[in-house]
Amino acid sequence: MGLPDILFYVFAALTLLCGVLVVANPFSRNPVTSAMFLVLTIVSMAGLFVLLHAFFLAAVQIIVYAGAVIVLFLFVIMLLDLKEEQRRKIKLFGFVGGLISVGAIVAISLKALKAAKPGTDLPAPLLEGGTNALGHLLFTQYVLPFEVVSVLLLVAMVGVILLSKKDLK
Amino acid sequence: MNVGLEHYLTVSVLLFCLGLLGVVMRRNLLVIYMSLELMLNASNLALVSFSRFNNKLDGQVLVFFIITVAAAEVAVGLALIVALYRKRQSAHVEDLTTMKL
Repeated sequence: MGLPDILFYVFAALTLLCGVLVVANPFSRNPVTSAMFLVLTIVSMAGLFVLLHAFFLAAVQIIVYAGAVIVLFLFVIMLLDLKEEQRRKIKLFGFVGGLISVGAIVAISLKALKAAKPGTDLPAPLLEGGTNALGHLLFTQYVLPFEVVSVLLLVAMVGVILLSKKDLK
Repeated sequence: MNVGLEHYLTVSVLLFCLGLLGVVMRRNLLVIYMSLELMLNASNLALVSFSRFNNKLDGQVLVFFIITVAAAEVAVGLALIVALYRKRQSAHVEDLTTMKL
């Protein structure tokens, strides 16, 4: 087992552990704690991206998610000034039903994955996801989706400004 | 045992189901939103690993677009939550039952 394999297990364990702490933290019900663990999840996932030789996407992941999205989340949490979430009575039926259905989905997908054995007869991976190769593809083959996404960002910006106006009509 | 596509996909499936669990179980709108982000990230991981092991860059381009759309989605969604909070003084899904029969 080489160093990349050990690093894979470290990053995968870190990702899953922090993911659990985002969803169900036994020590705190505060959304700020969840947001902080989401940052850790995203950073360790960027480590997984580096192990997959997707260097550009690892950088984008950290800049966009940890830098912009989580800051936006924290900003809104502070803006709303949410009190420590008081414990409400959990509906037993919803709790058990959710747990069983999600557990069933996990079991089915893991079983399917084991049966399919993906990637056993593939050649050795040679792909390098550097900025150069990705940028070339983005501006030749995928130039139309690229432009459409820029329009989408503009629309989202206009929508957000309209939604945050004081007197929503 | 060498780490291959199967390992990455297993992590992706587990992370996706964690996010799904959060969406189903939690009652705080913001935490539900964070769980949605977790699900999107899990699909990103699956796409990047497919791209790596198939020696094609298209998956990574798709992940790039997904990250962009997710950023736009977060901006709009959080604006909606803030507008909702101004009207109702609550970010708890059980307080939002106007459309319930």
